[in-house]
Amino acid sequence: MIKLFSLKQQKKDEEGSARAGGSQKKASAAQLRITKDLNELNLPKTCSTEFPDPDDLLNFKLIICPDEGFYRGGRFVFSFKVGPNYPHEPPKVKCETAVYHPNIDLEGNVCLNILREDWKPVLTVNSIVYGLQYLFLEPNPEDPLNKEAADELQSNRRLFEQHVQRAMRGGYVGSSYFERCLK
Amino acid sequence: MAAVDAQMPEQLRRWHNIRKVLERSGPFCHPDFEPSSEILDFLMDSCKILVVGAGGLGCELLKDLALMGFKKIHIVDMDTIELSNLNRQFLFRKSDIGLSKAKCAVEFVNKRVPGCEAVAHHCAIQDLDEGFYRQFHIIVCGLDSIVARRWLNGMLMTLLQYNDDRSLDQSSVIPLVDGGTEGFKGNARVILPGMSACIECTLDLYPPQKTFPLCTIANTPRLPEHCIEYVKVIQWPKENPWGNTTPLDGDDPQHVAWVFEKAQERATKHGITSVTYRLTQGVLKNIIPAVASTNAAIAASCATEVFKLASSCCTNMNNYMVLNMADGVYTYTFSAEKKPDCVACSNTTRVMEVEADAVLMDIYEKLKEDQAYLMKSPGITTVINGRNKTLYMPTIKSIEERTRDNLKKKITELGLYNGAEILVADVTTPNTIAIKLKFSDNVDAEISR
Repeated sequence: MIKLFSLKQQKKDEEGSARAGGSQKKASAAQLRITKDLNELNLPKTCSTEFPDPDDLLNFKLIICPDEGFYRGGRFVFSFKVGPNYPHEPPKVKCETAVYHPNIDLEGNVCLNILREDWKPVLTVNSIVYGLQYLFLEPNPEDPLNKEAADELQSNRRLFEQHVQRAMRGGYVGSSYFERCLK
Repeated sequence: MAAVDAQMPEQLRRWHNIRKVLERSGPFCHPDFEPSSEILDFLMDSCKILVVGAGGLGCELLKDLALMGFKKIHIVDMDTIELSNLNRQFLFRKSDIGLSKAKCAVEFVNKRVPGCEAVAHHCAIQDLDEGFYRQFHIIVCGLDSIVARRWLNGMLMTLLQYNDDRSLDQSSVIPLVDGGTEGFKGNARVILPGMSACIECTLDLYPPQKTFPLCTIANTPRLPEHCIEYVKVIQWPKENPWGNTTPLDGDDPQHVAWVFEKAQERATKHGITSVTYRLTQGVLKNIIPAVASTNAAIAASCATEVFKLASSCCTNMNNYMVLNMADGVYTYTFSAEKKPDCVACSNTTRVMEVEADAVLMDIYEKLKEDQAYLMKSPGITTVINGRNKTLYMPTIKSIEERTRDNLKKKITELGLYNGAEILVADVTTPNTIAIKLKFSDNVDAEISR
């Protein structure tokens, strides 16, 4: 129990200058946590990270190059933005590469449960990396964001596969144009 | 003196009840409490209180504290008054709409409570610096934002001073009394930074923000909320109705109207009814209807705790009180525990002694080989002039390549100085830890700084 009254004589002056200068502004809790997350990042061999500014650990890119499945040979870039309320709120993740995928729309929105409704502060950047990698191995037509792609995956797997290939080589699928993203 | 005497009866009457509490002992008093008439003088003339937030809780708090005798009260709020505030934020009138909450609240209370010298700060809490926060004896907050609470919590941790043996210098502790309400529910708590559970220790207690699966809002909306979320998350960034750089602002009526209109279109398409303007506002800003009586009860509890802290007349609540008035009235107080590995308050700053002319490699090696650390692959960062700086991070290839050269540089070249703090993350510690550098050759260090 603290007894503040006994400290009353210690007059607090306007500037509070008594100890000023000595202390250094501390890093925010979000910053401390992301530093820890990143230092312990254990990337699968298909993934790598890029930091446009090494001093800014809150904004970075994740590159996934799947080595199996529909998306084998492609190179997909995701941007991560970690906000001041991390880890209470998840990072904002967007796919920067146009991809024909049931769970990623053409604006780069990603439908992954742990990025929204199932996020928990115990999860880490690593959990998201594995989640995203899984999306490329097992696209999930049950929860579609690109409904066309999802319907196709369910009704005609061969056609879906062809369209994924065409999109990755660069070209049109339906009325949408996809930039080439093969490695 | 005659003039003063004439006023005495009124003065006596005004503080009669408070004096009873402060000038007499009793069975519930704090064991160290010494009744005295000086305590009231302290409350009135010296004790500086900061109220954070001048909204529903803030108005109540300011009024409660002023009527308790506190005079040196500062209040900070960046918001301006809106029509919808007036039902419960009773220090404001219709003619105040658009004006600063902090300023109006202060003006009202200073006029209404004789002797009160409240001071307003119309700005964000982040705009005020350490020197500002350090001047207060107690900080009490009525906020609606977790980010703001965490920021304030971090600030109070920054102000803590530790002795060389890593024990806390208690005179650097500024108690934080935190209140929060949501509809008929509320909580009040007392935090002694560095000594008891802090905001970060109990972060798990905050309910997660209500979100819907992206695929549901994109393809199978069932609720009016789904339609509004769709416009917010997908349609806004796609159409950028106010140009590329304008983010959606839930406080801008034009933005809300645009979202409302689009959400209605979508609702009609999917056979959903009852998308309203109010609901749109509610979803965009995460509004939960505020209840005036909950605010009053929580603010009263907070103000009482401030009074107990300032006067030591009574032991403080230990340390987290919940109040639920949704069905009858239920309240429970428990002792939230300090998290041993809390990122904010467990960092009692270790001290590492280094030569003033050391290079970063020396620190890196020390972290790996010194018996006190024995780390595997420590990532080292620091904060210089408020900016984060990555000194070396071996585990991330792209950062390693660009920070490798730092290892050969003198630490003073990298901006570190005697007393500077480095932050170290490693698999061997549950958190990023802070280490204060102590130069073995202090004389040189002072010069090189």
